[in-house]
Amino acid sequence: MSKLLEVTNLFQRFDLTKGFFDKYKFKSWKIVREEKIVHAVNGVSFDINQGDVYGLVGESGSGKSTTARTIIRLLEPYSGRIMFDGKDITHLDENAMRPIRRNMQMIFQDPYASLNPRYKAIEIVMEPLLFHNRNLTTPEAEMQALELLERVGIRPEQKDRYPHQFSGGQRQRIGIARALAVKPKLIIADEPVSALDVSIQAQILNLLMDLKDEFKLSFLLIAHDLSVVKHISDKIGVMYLGKIVEKASKNDLFSNPLHPYTKLLLSSVPTIDEDPLVEPLEIKGEIPSPINLPKGCYFHERCPFARDICELDTPGEREIEPKHYVSCHIYQ
Amino acid sequence: MDKLLIVKNLRTYFKTFKGLVKSVDGVDFSLERGETLGIVGESGGGKSVTGFSIIKLIEEPGEIVNGQIIFEGEDLVNKSEKQMEKIRGKEISMIFQDPMTALNPILSIRKQIDEALQLHTTLGKGERLKTSIELLRSVGIPNPEVRIESFPHELSGGMRQRVIIAIAIATNPKLIIADEPTTALDVTIQAQILKLMKEVIIKNNNSLILITHNLAVVSQMTDKVMVMYCGKVMEQADTETIIHSSSHPYTRGLLSSIPRFRSNHKKLDTIEGIVPNMYNLPKGCYFAPRCKYRRSICETEQPSMRETSKGHFVYCHFPLTDGDN
Repeated sequence: MSKLLEVTNLFQRFDLTKGFFDKYKFKSWKIVREEKIVHAVNGVSFDINQGDVYGLVGESGSGKSTTARTIIRLLEPYSGRIMFDGKDITHLDENAMRPIRRNMQMIFQDPYASLNPRYKAIEIVMEPLLFHNRNLTTPEAEMQALELLERVGIRPEQKDRYPHQFSGGQRQRIGIARALAVKPKLIIADEPVSALDVSIQAQILNLLMDLKDEFKLSFLLIAHDLSVVKHISDKIGVMYLGKIVEKASKNDLFSNPLHPYTKLLLSSVPTIDEDPLVEPLEIKGEIPSPINLPKGCYFHERCPFARDICELDTPGEREIEPKHYVSCHIYQ
Repeated sequence: MDKLLIVKNLRTYFKTFKGLVKSVDGVDFSLERGETLGIVGESGGGKSVTGFSIIKLIEEPGEIVNGQIIFEGEDLVNKSEKQMEKIRGKEISMIFQDPMTALNPILSIRKQIDEALQLHTTLGKGERLKTSIELLRSVGIPNPEVRIESFPHELSGGMRQRVIIAIAIATNPKLIIADEPTTALDVTIQAQILKLMKEVIIKNNNSLILITHNLAVVSQMTDKVMVMYCGKVMEQADTETIIHSSSHPYTRGLLSSIPRFRSNHKKLDTIEGIVPNMYNLPKGCYFAPRCKYRRSICETEQPSMRETSKGHFVYCHFPLTDGDN
């Protein structure tokens, strides 16, 4: 199987002290240099095979959305390498990125904010068609857009409605049609269902899976909800504070979660299943600030199994069983 | 056992320019002392309006047009705003969904807890401060003597929700209404907050109405469950029954839409279609257009509430039995 996307050692940071007066402060009669840098992504590596769904899970602030936005180059990477379809796209400029984005589209979390309120449904889907294909005439684009809308479950008579006339689930469907319009190879879906009701969530997840087979898509799926990821992913990476702490195939991860944070996540999800997957763990604390990263293992402050070494040394990634990677001192 | 709260045929309607919205349309339930009830359903089901109606926080154009809310033997519907002020926050308190907006951003935590104590207790200033610190300690805020002086923006979402819980239990109310208390929180923090709420409620013997869209949360937290759809109660029973032998197609649909860790189905069961427009509800059973078991009578006639077994109420023409799938 060929690799569609390969991300190697990706870093992303945001400087909060861009201006001169942010950096140099006058404190107790001295000029002090202050630096505040948000370390959002700290060395992320993973790859997506053609036709796979890769799920990235983690809490808010774990850097999963930033990773996605950096991959599609809405953000300039700090360091690392992004290979897409055999091409290094890490430092391509805006013009060179444009044809690449044809093959890499995004579905956003908030169906209320990601559609232009002054465009009709049909225009929303036509826009990428016309933008990425200069030879297409407007009536042709309209035909294609109509087909796409119908495929995602928007009826033809609804095509002239504006976003506010649709429900959240329907808007998400329009967002999906827009992403599909240019026939991309990879779709990056950033929390595609978290704003929707549970019965609608299931509809959208099923739709995504049908489309995946039909259009031969690959997915990078970002979610905080492990049960959503479990349902449709082939491989999963668990993120914590900008690092992937565990990655494995879906079945390995759920049958044999190794990293304490993965276990913690699994035991936190409320479930109606009788016997829990993992023993309930005592949870302490909250995710630390990415401005002052903890020393050693980023998770040690909350980890029930923390030892002395965890505070001093950052654990490296190890392959515990085939294709099951964990960064934790317990397994070193 | 004596009932703490009896709600009878509650109807809360909103009169808007576009027409009448029957947000709560004939809801009946009761709650014993120390009992916990979960109200579940999708957005627009009327769960929150039911919660707000109980403490009469319904504003224009909404109105409680019918029904009784008997709390400790007295009907709240007839109470004046002045009388309600004595009940809200003292006898019944509320925990809101969004910890970012439920606290006043320009007052310190100390002032906000103090407000509740000052209004509803006779404690002196020093005692109130001591009580406040104790409250913060009891909801698991580290270093409460220092933290009490912080402002809401200095706390994380989970910490803010803890403060809100501290304020809600400050006067040891008989009933706590929690409207989606953990929806805005991360899953590990959600687990912490749910555990805390459970501990607090058992310790103080409060009753709880937990409003949520998450059936899994309810299954861990409450004694009984009420499922709402378009302002009507679809099914009501103890939690065990709802989770394992529900008989309303809507409840079954909600349960099977939840992705489960144990199942390996590639496809999720779904409820077809979407929630109907509240201005233009179907003539018969509101759920009929989405129901895969519907027959012709469902589209023309509203079902009546029936008790299929003791304490298990179903609003359906053809309740499902355990064998149906």
